[in-house]
Amino acid sequence: MTGQFITELAERVRDHAARKAPLRIRGGGTKDFYGARVEGAPLEMAGYAGIVAYEPRELVLTVRAGTRLADIEAALAAEGQMLAFEPPRFGAAATIGGTVACNLSGPRRPYAGAVRDFVLGARIVNGKGEDLSFGGRVIKNVAGYDVSRLMAGALGTLGVLTELSFKVLPRPPAQATLAFEMDEARMIETVNRWAGQPLPLSATAWEAGVLRVRLSGASSAVAAARAKLGGAEVADGPAYWEDLREHRLPFFAADRPLWRLSVAQTAAPIALPHPHLVEWGGGLRWVSGAVETARAREAVAGAKGHSTLFRGGDRAAGVFHPLTPAIAKIHRRLKDAFDPAGILNPGRMDNF
Amino acid sequence: MTASPQLVAIPERRASVSAALAACLPAHSVLTAREDLLPYECDGLSAYRQTPLVAALPATVEEAAEVLRVARETGTPVVARGSGTGLSGGALPLADGILLSLGKFNRILALDPLARTARAQPGVRNAQITEAAAPLGLYYAPDPSSQIACSIGGNVAENSGGVHCLKYGLTVHNIQKVRALTIEGDDVEFGSDALDAPGYDLLAVMTGSEGLLALLIEVTVKLLPKPQTAQVVMASFTNVESAGEAVAAVIGAGIVPAGLEMMDKLATAAVEDYVHAGYDLAAEAILLCESDGTPEEVAEEIAKIEEVMRKAGSTGFAVSRSEAERLKFWSGRKAAFPAVGRISPDYYCIDGSIPRGAVARVLRRIGELSKHYGLRCANVFHAGDGNLHPLILYDANVPGELEKTEEFAGEILVLSIEVGGTITGEHGVGVEKINQMCVQFRPAELAQFHAVKAAFDPQGLLNPGKGVPTLNRCADYGAMRVRRGELPFPDLPRF
Repeated sequence: MTGQFITELAERVRDHAARKAPLRIRGGGTKDFYGARVEGAPLEMAGYAGIVAYEPRELVLTVRAGTRLADIEAALAAEGQMLAFEPPRFGAAATIGGTVACNLSGPRRPYAGAVRDFVLGARIVNGKGEDLSFGGRVIKNVAGYDVSRLMAGALGTLGVLTELSFKVLPRPPAQATLAFEMDEARMIETVNRWAGQPLPLSATAWEAGVLRVRLSGASSAVAAARAKLGGAEVADGPAYWEDLREHRLPFFAADRPLWRLSVAQTAAPIALPHPHLVEWGGGLRWVSGAVETARAREAVAGAKGHSTLFRGGDRAAGVFHPLTPAIAKIHRRLKDAFDPAGILNPGRMDNF
Repeated sequence: MTASPQLVAIPERRASVSAALAACLPAHSVLTAREDLLPYECDGLSAYRQTPLVAALPATVEEAAEVLRVARETGTPVVARGSGTGLSGGALPLADGILLSLGKFNRILALDPLARTARAQPGVRNAQITEAAAPLGLYYAPDPSSQIACSIGGNVAENSGGVHCLKYGLTVHNIQKVRALTIEGDDVEFGSDALDAPGYDLLAVMTGSEGLLALLIEVTVKLLPKPQTAQVVMASFTNVESAGEAVAAVIGAGIVPAGLEMMDKLATAAVEDYVHAGYDLAAEAILLCESDGTPEEVAEEIAKIEEVMRKAGSTGFAVSRSEAERLKFWSGRKAAFPAVGRISPDYYCIDGSIPRGAVARVLRRIGELSKHYGLRCANVFHAGDGNLHPLILYDANVPGELEKTEEFAGEILVLSIEVGGTITGEHGVGVEKINQMCVQFRPAELAQFHAVKAAFDPQGLLNPGKGVPTLNRCADYGAMRVRRGELPFPDLPRF
């Protein structure tokens, strides 16, 4: 299956490159809302599914890009392991390829790492229809440029992801969720101070004056941290974090635009006239409501971050934060280096 | 190397490029005299030596930018250098190139306790960051064995590791942002102060790019809280197979140790004689396995590790009882290279990285090759993450022995690829492993690498000739015949 699927895929890409006919790469379609709109012939990847190799004792997993996240996480759970970046699915059909392309990580991200941190290798078909492999199935690998990690967050604009390798981790044996009442400024200071101490933090979320903190690790470490931090134990902790990850909390009401402000974790509260939810130890601030694009860009400037119109809203002014001219120049050339005909998801990253 | 037309004109080039540099740098910052250039002839891979055209020692970002401008305008290649401890010849000068030393960029610019970051100039030593952060209860996790000397800029250039990578990651996982100058004169930031940045992940590409993409001028690293306590276990085994099995069993038991290292008998003997760490000299292999965290957590984990090690056939077992003893146990591993240096006139370090499951097989094969070449080989090994460091002992003064050593080393690298691994885990390709890149990657992949470089450095002036071989070079090496499908283990996934 591998050989034939990739051979045919490469041929199709070459054909489209020759005709300069755009392709719209699609996994489960659960992230169609994300990024700028792309016109092009659909290139369906969901059929290219399955675990290629999984060695729990190596902590390494290799999968086809169309494999559903749910299937991967079930296979890992059976061995007591997990994808530590806790990816959101936004739908049952979500695939690992789409997860990597969007570089979407969940609540554990500040304490464990992002999707890109766990990518060990990527097999791609570039815009010239070449079947290429980068990285590998080993934890340490510095041969050649890190093209695998470059694919994380490139939204398919540099290559069609076909197979991916990850470092996986054991699931922590114990978990607890604590709640604290505090205002936003104090929350930002507190969660960052805690992060500077040897505590088994694995998630934070603050909304409407309540901070929730998740602890994960050895039972003794979780118990010691719980005693140290105080707060009120939250009974339905796991459900809360899953609803946060999947944007199912009431805060994420689907009919309002959603802005994603990724800022320095210690940045002071950002004043915008809408409800907001802060996770990632202060580093990720969701704003629910219509904000003028220029206003959103300005709001993050002082917070040393960037803003994305994550869902809905007026997308005419672009959805991602503009790049500086020097960085945009490198982007343009990288795009040309991987996809000279400009046929892979053209414009999904606004200009790339 | 045959002299190219450019090399014939070296004296003239030296005069004109150094004059252009002298016009924008203080006089003592441009070195051209043979004796002044000597210290820059090689990096940590001293088997390769080359005198640069000229050495430039800028002290400010403006001066560094001027050096790049001169390079650009005169079409002169530039090789950047930090502390010169690299082990793959990444900082080997070019005869027709400027050697740009970042030695004067040695200040920590900011330390933010709440954000847990340090912003440092590239010439700052790795250990210096942890020393500065220690009063805050924080530290910088990646700890290559050369950490007292190696620079943070060099660490980023090589994506350096160390003994704590399995749990705490490589350089790429522990930096937040870098500031760099492009050869075109742009002052840019890759990464950001947030947990991600808009656009492509250029920070990932920059990390481990061996000085081929841009000149680093600042690095913002993440600092971690120092674990409350740490203990290390030292376990002996009567053969490398059972030690290898113990490594797999520890990971299989759901433990991610802070460090997990293996040394074979020859390495252990060399080290024990040097540092007297109390290693078991009768063992064929010893493992060092560290646990860190809260006292309760460490006690729980050490008990589990002991059980796993005993089941795997450990014949001796000791746990550090104090911080001093922990450091003593580690001292031998950290001093393995110099210790081996004492028992042989020269040694050659290899950096292959392999799936842990292939450890026993690879070590056995290395033993066979050692007999075949008649060269001793001491094995030290970041066992937790599959990164081998076989040290081939040789004598450069014996005619032909270096060549034999390189051939032996080349075979180990190809073996690493065959078992599904890579030719370099943490030392980089540099000049040393450039031929084996032809085995690990196919022409289209190498061409893609060159295209990535051109996106950052269209003129190809930054550290040219390192890291990625030209397709012509691969054709000469002859490895193009060894296509992936024809390797001895075609069923193994290799990406």
